[in-house]
Amino acid sequence: MSQSPTHAQRSDLFLLDAERTTWHDETLWFVREKRDRAVYATPEFQELRQLASDIKDHTLSQLSEYLAQFEAAALANGVRVHWAADAAEHNRIVLGIVRQAGATRVVKSKSMLTEECHLNPHLLAHGVEVIDSDLGERIIQLRDEAPSHVVLPAIHLKKEDVGETFWQHLGTEKGLTDPQQLTEAARQHLREKFLAAEVAISGVNFAVAETGAVVVCTNEGNADLAIGLARVHIACMGLEKLIPRLSDLAVFTRLLTRSATGQPITTYTSHFTRPAEGKEMHVVIVDNGRSQQLGRPDFRASLKCIRCGACMNTCPVYRRSGGHSYDFTIPGPIGAILSPNIDMKQHASLPFASTLCGSCTAVCPVKIDIHTQLYKWRQVLAAEGHIPASKQYSMQLLSRVLARPSLFKAGGAVARLGLRFVPHALTHAPGYNPWAIARELPTPPRQSFRDWYAQQGPTNAPA
Amino acid sequence: MKVALFVPCYVDQFYPQVAVASLQLLAKLGVRADFPKQQTCCGQPMANSGCEQEARPVYRHFVETFADYDYVVGPAGSCVYHVRQHFDVIDQTPAVRHVRTATVELFDFITQVLGVTELPGAFPHKVGLHLSCHGQRGLHQANASEMTPVRDGQLRRLLAGLEGLELTELDRNDECCGFGGTFCVSEAGISARMGQDRVADHVRHGTRVLTGGDMSCLMHLEGIVRRQKLPVRVLHAAEIFNGALA
Ligand code: SF4
Repeated sequence: MSQSPTHAQRSDLFLLDAERTTWHDETLWFVREKRDRAVYATPEFQELRQLASDIKDHTLSQLSEYLAQFEAAALANGVRVHWAADAAEHNRIVLGIVRQAGATRVVKSKSMLTEECHLNPHLLAHGVEVIDSDLGERIIQLRDEAPSHVVLPAIHLKKEDVGETFWQHLGTEKGLTDPQQLTEAARQHLREKFLAAEVAISGVNFAVAETGAVVVCTNEGNADLAIGLARVHIACMGLEKLIPRLSDLAVFTRLLTRSATGQPITTYTSHFTRPAEGKEMHVVIVDNGRSQQLGRPDFRASLKCIRCGACMNTCPVYRRSGGHSYDFTIPGPIGAILSPNIDMKQHASLPFASTLCGSCTAVCPVKIDIHTQLYKWRQVLAAEGHIPASKQYSMQLLSRVLARPSLFKAGGAVARLGLRFVPHALTHAPGYNPWAIARELPTPPRQSFRDWYAQQGPTNAPA
Repeated sequence: MKVALFVPCYVDQFYPQVAVASLQLLAKLGVRADFPKQQTCCGQPMANSGCEQEARPVYRHFVETFADYDYVVGPAGSCVYHVRQHFDVIDQTPAVRHVRTATVELFDFITQVLGVTELPGAFPHKVGLHLSCHGQRGLHQANASEMTPVRDGQLRRLLAGLEGLELTELDRNDECCGFGGTFCVSEAGISARMGQDRVADHVRHGTRVLTGGDMSCLMHLEGIVRRQKLPVRVLHAAEIFNGALA
């Protein structure tokens, strides 16, 4: 297993504050329930999911062609297209564009990709001021934290935390907790930044191969304001964001926010096709491990993700461990199947941070078989030596015994074995019994079932 | 019809009464089930730990043990699901294919194979039903809240049919209990917290008897109930029906 702390270790820190854990769980469950109501009110929802899944499967099956089609269409629209193999190249390209524009002030709307690439520190290190304009993103940027959710980046924070942050950084009154007033303070602060910005960076929700346009979905309208004001727009996208035709888009816009927040559609669904008169528009298409994942048949479907966050909101583990417990840009169940592709050793504990309950798979609007992939990653991680040797050894031992009933049935041995693998680690951690921190052990009965059955004799067994 | 009772290892060791109740309940419904005593385990603890390779001999042993039976009936949705779903990594011989489809969960067997959709008897208690995720989402034994607001399922119907039984309506009808096999120790903190929250939902709504079709979830929840010394009895549904049926 990796040297870095495991998901369980990071979760234990989160769990220390039981009240906050309750609040976090209930807040996200509330979002899940809003999603449920929106889904129940849409009778064709399951058909839409199937359609979206099929469109994404199809697109991934000939991604290179769609990428080429997209590039040609975008170029014809006067958009400049850049290709980045990894995060470093992405950051170099973006900095290059900013410098060429002679700019030092950048506003950025929400983009998980630029988080993934750690663009902000790169720009800051090179003398470029970069301001996140999405409210949640701005809050965590002020706190120098990573997002803890793909749609609700500051969901780990209570309004008191936000009040504290704004008091420190924006000079609001101490102890301010009224969401309306806090939002207004952020709005005033951001407005100056919007007006001063020379370059606007945005993420991309969908890129339409047929038209070469990118589509950005936000609720705050911050992307539109920034892009409208700045002279240069840089849209950064992972190469899996493509959909073939404009007519496919409606399938996804109908699914995205219903799944994410229970809204029928995002407040702003903005299409950017070509630069406005006298302005520049760039699209940076990033691989950063995606083509490698595309080459893993068991895990390819993870690239269908449209980052709605529903699998996080529904995950009973995520709700109680917090997004930071995953220590990966994309947290939750989807993060747990994307992260081992990037670094198996470092993220080895994530596929085990699940009961495999399957709720993630059941909510996913593009029908990614998330829990099956979690199970499959476990097999890969064990085969590649990323699970503790003691665990692997005990499983080998167990296998030998379980495959040979003569060993298994020897009365006492069975009981001991039972104790060893039912709560598997009971005998593996002397002095510390993880089962017993909150649970009583089952009381061993006088007789096992097989002993009872043998005593009855098959003929005396009830007929 | 040749029927075998598949008794998961932890049921054999810790909850023999559940296997006895399953055997007796089947007998009352006219099915005499054998207990092939060379049976051991379905291999799930290994596979869920990532050691599917190591589990293969266990899968083959399971198939050899049960190949001659028309049905292999187990009072544990999770183990049944594992056999049906994950025995795909060994050679798909006719015996393997047969055992994978012949292995059924106890209440699937009763309602779908035997066609018994009502069980007589009385159980005048406030009963909370815990849905096992593998039974619900894996074996499709109950509706899922991700799809529909309608709370329905065969076990729910069978229980509701017992005289005097009142079902608890939970805030979260199908949230996972947090057992998760080896998860319950590798992620002990989260597992415990999930179990505590599940139990609290039941207590809040008046559950006096907590039941379900999967003893593994119930083992975990019972551990929490006993630690917190709550006035809740934990029974496998087979025990309830066997007791109620004269
Ligand atoms: S995996 Fe599915 S549910 Fe999770 S964020 Fe992606 S699209 Fe949404």
